[in-house]
Amino acid sequence: MIIYTLSFYLFSSVAVLSALMVISAKNPVHSVLFLILSFVNASGLFVLLGAEFLAMILIVVYVGAVAVLFLFVVMMLDINFVKLRKGFLQYLPFGALLGIVLMVELGILFLTKNFSQMSLVEYSQFPEIQSTENTKLLGAVLYTKYFFLFQLSGLILLVAMIGSITLTLRQRGKSKKQIVSNQNNVDSGQAIVNKKIKLGDGL
Amino acid sequence: MTSIALEHFLFLGAIIFIIGILGIFLNKKNVIIILMSIELILLSVNINLISFSVYLGDISGQIFAMFTLTVAAAEAAIGLAILVVFFRNLGSIEVQQINKLRG
Repeated sequence: MIIYTLSFYLFSSVAVLSALMVISAKNPVHSVLFLILSFVNASGLFVLLGAEFLAMILIVVYVGAVAVLFLFVVMMLDINFVKLRKGFLQYLPFGALLGIVLMVELGILFLTKNFSQMSLVEYSQFPEIQSTENTKLLGAVLYTKYFFLFQLSGLILLVAMIGSITLTLRQRGKSKKQIVSNQNNVDSGQAIVNKKIKLGDGL
Repeated sequence: MTSIALEHFLFLGAIIFIIGILGIFLNKKNVIIILMSIELILLSVNINLISFSVYLGDISGQIFAMFTLTVAAAEAAIGLAILVVFFRNLGSIEVQQINKLRG
């Protein structure tokens, strides 16, 4: 139990600190790397909670795909990041005020409602969460009860793929392509023409 | 089941959510950091969904966390594509100039 508590505080503090570094790092490459660290720690927390499948999905999707996409874009675009950081401290007082207000409100909400004593198990439709393993249970519910939502999320990914391809596709006008049919249609009789040119005249 | 109360996870989610909002406020010019802040906000939503799902003993929360993950991945792809087009047209990624994308 003590190991569980210690690892909760370890994972959560590293996650919070690296999230802070994401928004305050000078170099956006460092921001992306701290985002990866934050996601890895969050997936550690999910393992602690017993949601192993989602923890692994978080690693695969975020660290493997989304963060690499971010890194790719940051490194591909030639951006003057020093210019973009102007006004960082200008908005700090207002942003900090807003954050403190929001945090206090959420804290009041969490502390007044005693979630630990709450028993919502009677509302739950699939209460067998402890009896079988996480992945099996997730699959048993996902492919039956939430099947149409699952298909719809696949459609969302398809739309995102087509959308990002059409957004970034561009036709280059002046590229010199090889057109095979034109090359095959060249008449060898007209490829070289002999002409008599008078002395002193142009062609 | 666990020695950590549900409120701890909720506070963690709230802190990460607020850091994400703060990131949008502070980095008003840099679209890349704003997109990363949105990812942080979605991560905090996932933490809330999964911790409620585990503590209340209902698997539906984890399934909705999976859908959130899907939507977040699609959003990142589209957002970065718009960012690349924006940079190609204007040569910078300042948010203040983004109304120039209006047709």
